[in-house]
Amino acid sequence: MTVDAQELDNIEVELFTQAMQRRHGYDFSQYAPASLKRRVLQLVEQLETRTISGLIERVMHEPQLLPRMLDGLTVPASDMFRDPSMFRGLREQVLPLLASYPQINIWQAGCAHGQEVYSLAILLEEAGLYERTQIFATDLSERALHQAQEGIYPAREAQQWSRNYQAAGGTHSLADYYSARYNLLKLDQRLRRNVTFAQHNLVSDGVFCEAHLVLCRNVMIYFSNPLQDHVLSLFRNSLVRGGFLCVGMRESLDYATTAATFTPFDERLRIYRLTHQPERQQA
Amino acid sequence: MTTPQAIAIGCSAGGLDALKVVLGALDPRLTQAVLVCCHSGSDTVELLCEVLQRASALPVTEAAERHPVLSGTVHLAPSGYHLLVEKDRHFALSIDPRVQYARPSIDVMFCSAAEVWHEKLIGVVLTGGNADGASGLQRIRELGGIAIVQSPSNAEISTMPQAALDTAGADHCVDLSDIAPLINRLCLP
Ligand SMILES: C[S@@+](CC[C@H](N)C(=O)[O-])C[C@H]1O[C@@H](n2cnc3c(N)ncnc32)[C@H](O)[C@@H]1O
Repeated sequence: MTVDAQELDNIEVELFTQAMQRRHGYDFSQYAPASLKRRVLQLVEQLETRTISGLIERVMHEPQLLPRMLDGLTVPASDMFRDPSMFRGLREQVLPLLASYPQINIWQAGCAHGQEVYSLAILLEEAGLYERTQIFATDLSERALHQAQEGIYPAREAQQWSRNYQAAGGTHSLADYYSARYNLLKLDQRLRRNVTFAQHNLVSDGVFCEAHLVLCRNVMIYFSNPLQDHVLSLFRNSLVRGGFLCVGMRESLDYATTAATFTPFDERLRIYRLTHQPERQQA
Repeated sequence: MTTPQAIAIGCSAGGLDALKVVLGALDPRLTQAVLVCCHSGSDTVELLCEVLQRASALPVTEAAERHPVLSGTVHLAPSGYHLLVEKDRHFALSIDPRVQYARPSIDVMFCSAAEVWHEKLIGVVLTGGNADGASGLQRIRELGGIAIVQSPSNAEISTMPQAALDTAGADHCVDLSDIAPLINRLCLP
């Protein structure tokens, strides 16, 4: 493939993005281009179209493919207690401060297949806070949300997840929270009792709750700077004063102007705290 | 001939020693950005950065999301994330599934760098026990870049350079100790 062919790809990715937007209302135009292109090319392979343009035709005329396309473009993937040190930080530094609220609201944005939601529920349970907590777990992909609700995962992950859980300061055995059958494990559905799963698009949807803690890890890495900024302002407007924000361990807020309203709480763990009053919305 | 602007290096098993040799002999006057993807299996590349910094005359840092690609600097792909470069020469990370069992994947880094630098990129495949980097090196060559592969017979583990040769071929296939001098020659006017 030559440089010209590469340019052709770029044009087609742009047209594909427009087609997604105009046909289905999903706007990927502000996603970081390099990984978006990779994913579009992977969709071409998965759906066995010859070109990206072939994908456009199917976006237009086969609406039943939409969930698959959204899944392909967002690749929901997660782990239980990913980055155990962050979960340990939540357990030891953040939850004791949240404990002073009579009712705790947590928004987990981009929950993918739900592993983080269950991890969080376990933390809260062990801290004795779960009864007064409401978790809103949201994602763009309905397919991902459906799987998150089921909480069934391949058992081959169990060992790594147990290690993560221990490293995160777990006080039981992770196996206390799931039942294993064949090569699958199913998370205890009691962990879901205070979780609301809902579709929410960070690009186009607004604030819907007043949160004491927002977790949005490894989601904004896929966004270009202006969109990252937009999403951070959503979080700012959603958080109570003094509320916490957690982003992924390798994420950088260095180029986001909105980041100035967050103070690092634990810089290494990427835990921030809302310090300033949210700006008043212009009428 | 156009002067290269960036050098992308991939390695796996045995890579630490090989990297020390290559980075250790790069000319300190180089202005090219050096991107390194090394499958290390550990949770962070902090230690790797330190060890390589001791060997290298160029500054060695971990590539950070959204930060600019710096000239004359060695950027290491963070562990657990794919490293990509955007057209505006900023780093982007992704936590997409492993490619060739690896994250960071050399293929992913090579392909995205190729799209940015075209013929102004040098791709280097060193020792390793898998096939990661082969299709990325092919992409680098397709877009006009220069491919350097460590001679398999000279590599600690030959699988990776051999896979690269089989899939992509190379402009230069040389012993480890000759790689840095070759890069210096290609990069210094
Ligand atoms: C890599 S996963 C992160 C999962 C989890 N937070 C973690 O770090 O393990 C990214 C998730 O972000 C979701 N996502 C991408 N774009 C989104 C958007 N515009 N609105 C809401 N969710 C989005 C994807 O569907 C995907 O599930």
